[in-house]
Amino acid sequence: MEQIRIPTMAEFAATGEVPEVLFWVGCAGSFDDRARKITKAFVRILNAAKVKFAVLGQEETCTGDPARRAGNEFLFQMQALQNVTVLNGYGVKRIVTACPHCFNTLKNEYPALGGSYEVLHHTQFINALLKEGRIKVEGGGFQGKRITFHDPCYLGRGNGEYEAPREVLLKLDAALVELKRSRQNGLCCGAGGAQMFKEAEPGTREVNIERSEEALGAKPDVIAAGCPFCNTMLTDGVKHFNKEGEVKVKDIAELIAEASDL
Amino acid sequence: MMGQILFALLLIAAIALFTRSIRRVVRNIRLGRPEPINGRRAERWRTMALVALGQSKMVARPVAGIMHILIYAGFVIINIEVLEIIIDGLFGTHRIGAVLGPFYDFLIGSFEVLAVGVLLACVVFIARRAVLQLPRFRKPEMKGWPSKDAMIILVVEIALMSAFLTMNAADLALQELGDAHYPPAGSYPVSAGLAAAFGLTGLQPASLALIERSAWWFHIIGILAFLNYLPYSKHFHIVLAFPNVWYGKLEPRTQVANMPRITGEVRSMIDPSVPPPEPAPARTVAGAEMPERFGAKDVFDLSWKSLMDAYSCTECGRCTSECPANLTGKLLSPRKIMMDTRDRLEEVGKAIDAKGKWEDDGNSLHTRISEEELWACTTCNACTQACPVNIDPVGIILEMRRYKVMEESSTRPALTGMFNNVENNGAPWAFGPDKRLDWANDVNG
Repeated sequence: MEQIRIPTMAEFAATGEVPEVLFWVGCAGSFDDRARKITKAFVRILNAAKVKFAVLGQEETCTGDPARRAGNEFLFQMQALQNVTVLNGYGVKRIVTACPHCFNTLKNEYPALGGSYEVLHHTQFINALLKEGRIKVEGGGFQGKRITFHDPCYLGRGNGEYEAPREVLLKLDAALVELKRSRQNGLCCGAGGAQMFKEAEPGTREVNIERSEEALGAKPDVIAAGCPFCNTMLTDGVKHFNKEGEVKVKDIAELIAEASDL
Repeated sequence: MMGQILFALLLIAAIALFTRSIRRVVRNIRLGRPEPINGRRAERWRTMALVALGQSKMVARPVAGIMHILIYAGFVIINIEVLEIIIDGLFGTHRIGAVLGPFYDFLIGSFEVLAVGVLLACVVFIARRAVLQLPRFRKPEMKGWPSKDAMIILVVEIALMSAFLTMNAADLALQELGDAHYPPAGSYPVSAGLAAAFGLTGLQPASLALIERSAWWFHIIGILAFLNYLPYSKHFHIVLAFPNVWYGKLEPRTQVANMPRITGEVRSMIDPSVPPPEPAPARTVAGAEMPERFGAKDVFDLSWKSLMDAYSCTECGRCTSECPANLTGKLLSPRKIMMDTRDRLEEVGKAIDAKGKWEDDGNSLHTRISEEELWACTTCNACTQACPVNIDPVGIILEMRRYKVMEESSTRPALTGMFNNVENNGAPWAFGPDKRLDWANDVNG
């Protein structure tokens, strides 16, 4: 198997070349064990599609999303202005990320701070690669399997993208089962708004348990996610119901990489 | 003649009182922070046409949606009838619209059908509250006045529609008797049946005229009274829904508005040659100096649009019934956020009316909205999606969090840890930048 190199923007800049797209890995994608698998799967897809991409590597820092949503605007802007300086320094035009929270911040919130880029969620990017024929999916092991998709709030309700993830999933020749609460009525996984980094407030149950129960009710073989935080929350929820043996929670990038044997 | 004078006086008094209330509401909304809303006018008109005029978000729940459209259409169209009543009342005419001929017949006929539709919808709405007791009408914030307010509105609407039909039925009976004051005009598909069912045709003309006039006066006095009830009620949404949608947020739901003042501060921190921004001069609001604040302590610190949101809220609770925090038993209810904002704004407004200016009363929005509520929000925007008039509770929650964190340094302990990590490591977890590319080591594996 050909070795995959992970070039950085600094390396590209040194050779005077410009990558097709900057892959914004995000903190979860860099540090969280589960999310790293999504990062690697997506990189394998980029590699198979011969996409000239680069990462920022050590120059990447948190977009500031959790700080802003937790009310710490100073910290958000310190992060954001730092990132904008780096991105503009490299003349970045196009960004792809596997995290809907990074996606939302980079796309919608950085322009007010002097950073305007074309920002794509990885499901949009994969969908385009499939449409352009740069990668092919034969369905692989997911043919005929029941797959349900959990809409990430920051991709769907926040930014109106419901179709790209579904179009990609349909390529797997699987049975796509819609949840009762889907698309604009999708139920949060419970991690947004900086909840990921704190104890939930007291209640009768946790949001991810509510959501996982609903997803398991659809009797899927796979719960497909498009966000590293949703992935963690749903994985925990599936474990809570002792269903981890029967139901897998997988990112769309992982499904495509697996199906294509990448 | 006496009747005309009395009517004119009543009309003038009602309009004067309503104008005063409206000016007070506008004054209160203007207590909020200025927020220029510029541009994208075509998109704003389109959104208003779709969401407010077209009720597009109401039908997300078909039963309530269709019933609501019935009442809404009835309200809008029956107002043509109110116009006639006002002209007749002022000039002593009777059914002035009759000059329209067959078109008048059609109008009156359709008003009658709509009136029945409104009546039925109101009965169903009362049943949903009193008999079915839908969960979203029984949340803690709905105890007391909010539930009474809703019932008052529905009962008044039933009374007004009943008066309208009674008036028509008596009028029809008088027309059939050939009474000189009641020439044949209009078509009465519903009240004709009522007149027959209640044996009105057997009554003396004097009794019929008494019924007709009483219903006429009851109907118009009821409408004028209801008009003046609006500014004190959740029913005010019938006025504010339109501007509220027009001025509503057009940006992606999850986009948080920037704070330019902080951009200036941070730029000067990063680059010492950039001077820090001058603090904005204190705003004078209702005779009081309002210092510039980071985030919202009180209604004065919220955008005027958030305050308009609060007055536009009709407490339907669609936001709360979709809120993941509320669904899982947490204290947060987006509807309560809006009701608390309105209640606090009203409290502030009353204090200003009493003293002529604002004096700090030791309370704030945070007196009503607890930290537990604020920290339960996942910013998923299910509430803003569900709101039929595009109210944004997340905006208020976020401004209040900003105040807590930046002005009071009060947050949840785990969030302090996250802040420290982001500040020191550039990630919400305690991993340094040197580890950021570690995942690439085994990407081939």
